[in-house]
Amino acid sequence: MIAVFETRSPIMDNSIAMNESDFPRNTGISSDALGERKISGTVGEIQVQDPRMTCRNVDVFYGNKHAIIDVSLDIGKNEVIAMIGPSGCGKSTFLRCLNRMNDTIEGCRVSGQIQLEDQDIYDPRLDVVPLRVQVGMVFQKPNPFPKSIYENVAYGPRIHGLAGNKTDLDEIVETSLRKAGLWEEVKDRLDQPGTGLSGGQQQRLCIARTIAVSPEVILMDEPCSALDPIATAKVEELIDELREHYTIAIVTHSMQQAARVSQRTAYFHLGNLVEVGETTQIFTNPRHRLTEDYITGRFG
Amino acid sequence: MQPSLLIIVLLALVAMAYHLGRHRSIATVGGIRSVPRLHSLPCYYGAYTAIWCGIPAFLVLGLWLAFEPNIITILVVADLPEELRQLAPERLNLVVNDIKNLAGGNIVTGVASPGVQAAADHFISLENTSAAALSLVVLALGILGMGAAWSRISPGLRARNAVERTVKVLLIVSSTIAVFTTLGIVLSVLFEAIRFFKIIPITDFLFGLDWSPQMSIRADQVGSSGAFGAVPLFAGTLLISLIAMLVAVPIGLMSAIYLSEYANRHFRALAKPLLEILAGIPTVVYGFFAALTVAPFFRGIGESMGLTVSSESALAAGVVMGIMIIPFVSSLSDDVINAVPQSMRDGSYALGATKSETVRRVIIPAALPGIVGGVLLAVSRAIGETMIVVMAAGLSAKLTANPLEAVTTVTVQIVTLLVGDQEFDSPKTLAAFALGLMLFIVTLILNIVALHVVRKYREQYE
Ligand SMILES: Nc1ncnc2c1ncn2[C@@H]1O[C@H](COP(=O)(O)OP(=O)(O)OP(=O)(O)O)[C@@H](O)[C@H]1O
Ligand SMILES: [Mg+2]
Repeated sequence: MIAVFETRSPIMDNSIAMNESDFPRNTGISSDALGERKISGTVGEIQVQDPRMTCRNVDVFYGNKHAIIDVSLDIGKNEVIAMIGPSGCGKSTFLRCLNRMNDTIEGCRVSGQIQLEDQDIYDPRLDVVPLRVQVGMVFQKPNPFPKSIYENVAYGPRIHGLAGNKTDLDEIVETSLRKAGLWEEVKDRLDQPGTGLSGGQQQRLCIARTIAVSPEVILMDEPCSALDPIATAKVEELIDELREHYTIAIVTHSMQQAARVSQRTAYFHLGNLVEVGETTQIFTNPRHRLTEDYITGRFG
Repeated sequence: MQPSLLIIVLLALVAMAYHLGRHRSIATVGGIRSVPRLHSLPCYYGAYTAIWCGIPAFLVLGLWLAFEPNIITILVVADLPEELRQLAPERLNLVVNDIKNLAGGNIVTGVASPGVQAAADHFISLENTSAAALSLVVLALGILGMGAAWSRISPGLRARNAVERTVKVLLIVSSTIAVFTTLGIVLSVLFEAIRFFKIIPITDFLFGLDWSPQMSIRADQVGSSGAFGAVPLFAGTLLISLIAMLVAVPIGLMSAIYLSEYANRHFRALAKPLLEILAGIPTVVYGFFAALTVAPFFRGIGESMGLTVSSESALAAGVVMGIMIIPFVSSLSDDVINAVPQSMRDGSYALGATKSETVRRVIIPAALPGIVGGVLLAVSRAIGETMIVVMAAGLSAKLTANPLEAVTTVTVQIVTLLVGDQEFDSPKTLAAFALGLMLFIVTLILNIVALHVVRKYREQYE
């Protein structure tokens, strides 16, 4: 039984049964009355039992460009949700909505509702500082500050006053680095610049920096795309361990990675959330034609 | 042919050479379709021919024009009547001048003697011969060079490499000229300064607290024998530069931060050029602004508070100078702040840092080398600035740390030392060179220190 949240488009329900000739109509810019809503509506269960974040009818515009079209999605506690889709489909944009990093982009407008627990994060009265502490972010390219390894990790705790004294701070730095699996490699050179580490170490340093402020949710935008397979394996292992304490949303171009680390997978296409479901189901038995084309490599 | 006309003809010849070379290269392979068979693109063959046509000809032209007057003069003097040649060098100079003036059709002192008249005619005829010969030689060289290059063109000729080599040589020559000019200036200043230090001991100059460079020109004149202690001048320079930096660095840096981090695109597009206009205002305008507006203003305020402010004060000059160098600081800092990668900002914001925390803890440290560079450039600008100080801070060499008094600076004294009639070997005039040398050394040290600061910082952060 397919559970569908909010049926908006008539083509959605029969999308599983679509034949090959329907495909172009589904992706192309439409000329009929449905307009841009053509592939809106999502196949699969967008809700979860125990959501940490809930997004409803989220639209994002860059100036006139409609980058995210009516996306609704829950992100559950202690789950890793992978977001996949062809380049330019809006994965990063959607991810950046979740901690309001889009605020820093001129001309970017977000509408709809996004809640963290019960707090509307786009509430004008909300302060983004605590929000971004609760929802941390790791970027595609490792971006350690040009400071020492210690200072990189201590940055967040310092600006939020999380450590009362030097011993507390030392402890936060050590536990964060341990959680990020980097402690053994760097404990003897904490005072050396973070930019002097290898790419994989830098990325784990960025993860350590993010967990140093004890977030609830960690957003990762293609965290392994600049890393070699061994460093990637380490980061993936780390993501799996972090799941115990954190909710993780990860954008990735690697299906294998999505399959390895995530429990749920969401497939985006041209700004629409096309399908979401259990990772195993998405990869073994996709319901939507577009999803199937993408994961079988016929697309993008 | 006149030199200017000759140059135009030569340029036309070079253009022609380019076309001929290009055409021939295409012709040798039999048409535009077979160009790939050429070693280089046709335009390189054109450039190759043009270089051979132009460079030797222009070199000869330049050398000829540089040495022609001297050679002609020597020839004319050698032909002068015996009694004129026996004259003392200074008198002979006068006569030569007369000859030149006569030849040029200018007014001559007194009535020209027949000997001088004859020499002038000789001079004119020599000049004409020289001009004709020059045209002949230069054009012949150009055509010869062109012909030689043209006939060498074949599909296998490595024209591109030859042109690249020529370009490289040209670049080397240009940079050498720049280096040697600097070296020449430094050396000439150094030698004049050494002459000065032979008269006034260097210790008196460096450590003397008294500056009054008036020297008696004639031996029987009463009055000052001159005191050349440079300390008050350097103190004055330091004081004014310090005030200027106190104004310029905070304002410049903060406006740069505002413009690059906070302001929206429209405001930035408006404000940046406006700020840069400040750098375009001539310093004289700043000078009278300082002298006529700012100085009286400070004086008024000072008096209302019961302070004595002299009508020309270090404060007025320093503040106005600070305003003048704001754009240096802000423009350069703005550039380096913009050069800090966006990923640094994203990383900081994503950790919940506010804008000002991000600026303070990430952006400024990452941009510091550039900011230090900008500030030091501004300092050397302040130290070298003259006009504002002449007009607003006065000329009296007083040793004081009180910004409300009149002070003077090194550059201002250099100007006053060299204004008016001077002997060029009196200590008063030579002192200017000594001051210039000191100024140069101070700026040099400043630059070295800056480099050091930047490098040290780099080690720490990258
Ligand atoms: N700052 C911006 N200004 C304008 N348009 C933007 C901006 N950022 C993204 N876009 C547009 O929004 C759409 C979605 O971009 P986004 O970066 O979210 O894609 P993505 O799915 O992350 O792609 P990729 O896999 O290549 O990273 C794209 O069409 C892109 O051109
Ligand atoms: Mg992306």
